[in-house]
Amino acid sequence: MNAAPEFEPAANDTVLAARHIVKTYGGTHALKGVNFDIHRGKVTTLFGENGAGKSTLMKILSGVTTPTSGSIELDGQAVSFSSASDARDRGISIIHQELSLAPNLSVRDNIFMGRELRGATGVDFAEEARQTRLLMADLEEDIHPLTLVQDLRLGQQQIVEIARALSVDSRILIMDEPTSALSATEVEVLFRVIRDLTARGVSIVYISHHLEEALQITDYAVVLRDGAITATASARHINLEWIVRNMVGENFDLGSPPTGHAFGEVALSIEDVSVADASSSERSVVDRLSLDVRSGEIVCIYGLMGAGRTELLECIAGRLQPSGGRILLGGNDISRLSIAERIARGLVLVPEDRQRDGLVQTMSVGANLSLASIGSFVRGMLLSRSQERTLVEASIRDVHVKTAGGSAPIGSLSGGNQQKVVIGKMLITNPKVMLLDEPSRGIDIGAKAEVFRLLSERAARGLAVVFSTSEVAECLSIAHRIIVMHRGRISAEFGADATKEEIMAASGEAVVSDHEEHRSHQSDRR
Amino acid sequence: MTDASPDRSRSRPRVSADGFSLAKLLLEGRAFFALIVIIIVFSLLSPYYFSVGNFLTMASHVAIFGILAVGMLLVILNGGIDLSVGSTLGFSGVIAGFLMQGVQLTTFGVILYPPVWVVAVLVCVLGALVGLVNGVLIAWLKVPAFVATLGMLYVVRGAALLMTNGLTYNDLGGKPELGNTGFEWLGFNRLLDIPIGVLVMAVIAIIGSIILNRTAFGRWLYASGGNERAAELSGVPVKQVQVSVYMLSGICAAVAGLILSSELTSAGPTAGTSYELTAIAAVVIGGAALTGGRGNIRGTLVGAFVIGFLSDGLVIIGVSAYWQTVFTGAVIVLAVLLNAIQYRRRVKLPSPAGGSPTSPQKDKATTADPALEKTAG
Repeated sequence: MNAAPEFEPAANDTVLAARHIVKTYGGTHALKGVNFDIHRGKVTTLFGENGAGKSTLMKILSGVTTPTSGSIELDGQAVSFSSASDARDRGISIIHQELSLAPNLSVRDNIFMGRELRGATGVDFAEEARQTRLLMADLEEDIHPLTLVQDLRLGQQQIVEIARALSVDSRILIMDEPTSALSATEVEVLFRVIRDLTARGVSIVYISHHLEEALQITDYAVVLRDGAITATASARHINLEWIVRNMVGENFDLGSPPTGHAFGEVALSIEDVSVADASSSERSVVDRLSLDVRSGEIVCIYGLMGAGRTELLECIAGRLQPSGGRILLGGNDISRLSIAERIARGLVLVPEDRQRDGLVQTMSVGANLSLASIGSFVRGMLLSRSQERTLVEASIRDVHVKTAGGSAPIGSLSGGNQQKVVIGKMLITNPKVMLLDEPSRGIDIGAKAEVFRLLSERAARGLAVVFSTSEVAECLSIAHRIIVMHRGRISAEFGADATKEEIMAASGEAVVSDHEEHRSHQSDRR
Repeated sequence: MTDASPDRSRSRPRVSADGFSLAKLLLEGRAFFALIVIIIVFSLLSPYYFSVGNFLTMASHVAIFGILAVGMLLVILNGGIDLSVGSTLGFSGVIAGFLMQGVQLTTFGVILYPPVWVVAVLVCVLGALVGLVNGVLIAWLKVPAFVATLGMLYVVRGAALLMTNGLTYNDLGGKPELGNTGFEWLGFNRLLDIPIGVLVMAVIAIIGSIILNRTAFGRWLYASGGNERAAELSGVPVKQVQVSVYMLSGICAAVAGLILSSELTSAGPTAGTSYELTAIAAVVIGGAALTGGRGNIRGTLVGAFVIGFLSDGLVIIGVSAYWQTVFTGAVIVLAVLLNAIQYRRRVKLPSPAGGSPTSPQKDKATTADPALEKTAG
C-alpha cells in the first residue's frame, strides 16, 4: 500500500459487475444466476448464511474458480479470469476465509510470496523487510518481518494475511471473514485501514458473520440466500433486523419439534468436558462444558465458527481426546472407548465435512451405506452380498436417497443425497444417540427439510439427537432445546420458543464488544 | 454394489450410458490390451515366442513378481508403499538356506535339520515380522510409509548380508537321511504341467481376491485407503488394517523368496534387489491409484504379466538388456499417464444419469486450487 492505485473517475460508479453468475458443483447449485455490483470507492458487504454461496461468488470474482455460466464486466469491459494471479494483475485481490499462509516462512516472505522484489543479486530482502515494516505500522501491529508465521497467534496471522492483500496495490479488495480471529481493537484498526483505502478509491467487498460489526463499515449491503440475491440496499436504509430477515427468509418451514412422545432416560451425559486447543495447550476450545440429552430429545447447538461445536461433538464421538471431564452413555463412562466401540454402544457422529470425513469417494453408494455395519452381514468369514443388498436397499428407501442404485458411484449424487447417505450409514447401526455436526451444510433447502424430518421421526421413536448449526432458522425448527456456544462454553440455553435475536445475541454474533452492545440495542429498537 | 473398487470399472459404462466407445474401452482395459499387443508383436517377431512351453516359462518368471505385486497391491490400496519387499525376498531365501544347512544347538550338542515345510512356515513368519515392524512404524509411530520401508529395505538387506557374510548358500537340496529333501519342489516341479510357482501365484491371487471382495477386512481396506478419516469415523479399525497389509505384503515377499531360491537352488543375500520397484510398476500398470482405494487383483496380475512378457520377449528377439530397461520404464510411464487420463475423464465427462459425478479428484482440485493461488497472492 505504498502508492495510491491509479484510477480514473468514471460516470458510472460500478467498477465490477457480475451478471447471471451460475455455479454448480456436481448436482448442487451453489449460485443460481447472481447479479452483483462492486461500487467504486465503497464498501459493499455481502451478507448470507453458511452455504448461501458467498465464498463461491468471491472465488469467482477473484479468479480462483470459474463460473459455470455468466459474465463479469470490469470497467464495462467483459473479462474472464484464468487464475487468481490473472485477477490480481487486473487489480483484484482477496483475503480468504481460511488462512493461506506458509507457516514455515517469515512474515516478510509470506507477504511477498510469488512476487518477490528483484534486486541486484536475487531477491531484495532489505526492501521487502522495509515494506513489511511499513505495512505492519499501518496496521498498528508490532510484528517483526522475520518472525515465522507459525509463531504468531491466529489473529496476528490474519493481520499478515490482510497485509499481504494490501501490499498489492489493488483496485478491488475482497475480504472474506477477515475479522474472525481479531480482537476488538484490531477490528477497529482494520476498519480505519478500510476507510483509508476507500478514500483513495479502492473498492472493498466485505463478508462477515459478525453482522453488527459489518454494518458499521458497510456502504452497500447485498444479501445472498441459497445461491440467489434476495435484497440490495444502501446502508443508510437498513438495520440488523433487515439483514436477518433477508438472510434467513420468512417463508420456508423446516419443521417444528416433534411432540406427542415423552422423553426417556438421560441417554447422553457430558460432565465438565474440556478439549485442549491443538495449537496451544493453555487454551481450551471446549471449556468445562456439561450437557444432558434425553432419549427422544432433539438438542440444537448454535454458535459461530470457532465456538467449539465441532470439537465438542468430535470429542463425544471419540475422534478427539478430552483434556478433562467424563462422557456417559446410558450411565456408562465411555471416555476411554474407541470410536468403533462407541458406535457399537449406540453413539454415532455425522461429521461436518462430508467429503473429508463422511464419505469414501472411491466406493459405491451401497458400500458407503454399509460401511459402519459390516459386522451385521458377515457370515462365517465372508460378507453376505444378498444380506448387504437387502440392508442397503432398505436404507436407501428409509432415508430417501435419490440414486440409480446401490452400485452407483457416490460422486454421482447431489450434496443433499450424499448427506443422506452419511446419515443413513449411521442409522443402520441402530444408534441411541446421534450427533450431527452442521448436517445442513452445503445442501439445498428441500434436502435440508428432508433431513430434519428424518431426524424428528427418529426422535419420536426414541433417538436422542444433538445437531449443531450456524443458521438461526435451523435452531428454531425441530429442536426441543437450543444451546448457544460461545468460546467453548454454553453461553445460553433456550426452549423452542426462543427468538432469532436472542440466540444471535448469546452467540456473540450481533455484539462485537461492550461499547457496541449499546448501539446494537438501539438498532434493534429502531 | 457388493464389491467396492473392482465394481467401479464395470459399473462405469452403465453410469455414463453414452453407448459403446472404443476409446473408453481401450482406456479401461488398457493393461489387458497392452498384454495382447505384446503377445502379438513378439509372436510376429520370433517363431519361438508363441508356444505353450514358452508361455509357461515366462509365467514362472512372472510368478515371483506377481506374488510380490499382490502384496504390494494391498499396501497401495491402503495408500501406502512397501519398498522393503525386495530385501525381504532376499532375506527369506537366506534364512531358508540357513535352516536347510541345519541349525546347530551348541548347548544340546545337536544339529537340527527342520523338514522343508517347517522351513517354509518359519520363513513366512519372518516375512510377517518384517511387515509387522513396517506396520507399527507407520501406523503407530507415524513414520511416513516411504521412509519406514526404505529404512527396512536397508536393514533387512544388511541382515541378509550379515547372515552369510556376503556369500551364497548353494546346497539347498537337503539329504534323504535327514528327512529335509524337497526344497526344489517349489521351483522345479510341475502340477498338470504347470510350474508350481505359477500355481502358488494363482492361489495367492485367488485368496487375495476373496479377501478384497468378500471379507470385512477387504472392505475396511478399500474404505481406509479411500478415505481414512471417514473410515475411522465409521468404526473401521484403520490402524490394525494398516499393520495387517504390511504383514501380508511381508508374507508374500517371503513366499516369493522361497520360490526364487528354490528355482535357483541357491540363496544369495542380494537376491531380489530392486524387485520392489517391479512390483510397484505391476500394480500401477494394473490401474491402481497410488493414493489408495482404487485397484484390484486382476489388474495387478495383468500388470505383472505385461512386464514379464515384455522383458522376456525382448530377450527372445535379442534386444540388449540396456534397451529392455528403457522399454520397461517407458511402459510404466505410459501406464501412469493413462491412469491420470482415466481419473481426469471421470471428472470432466458429466454422466447423464443423476447429475455430473463429483469425484474426489475434482474436489481435491477445487479445494487445492485456491491454496495454490493464494500462496501466489
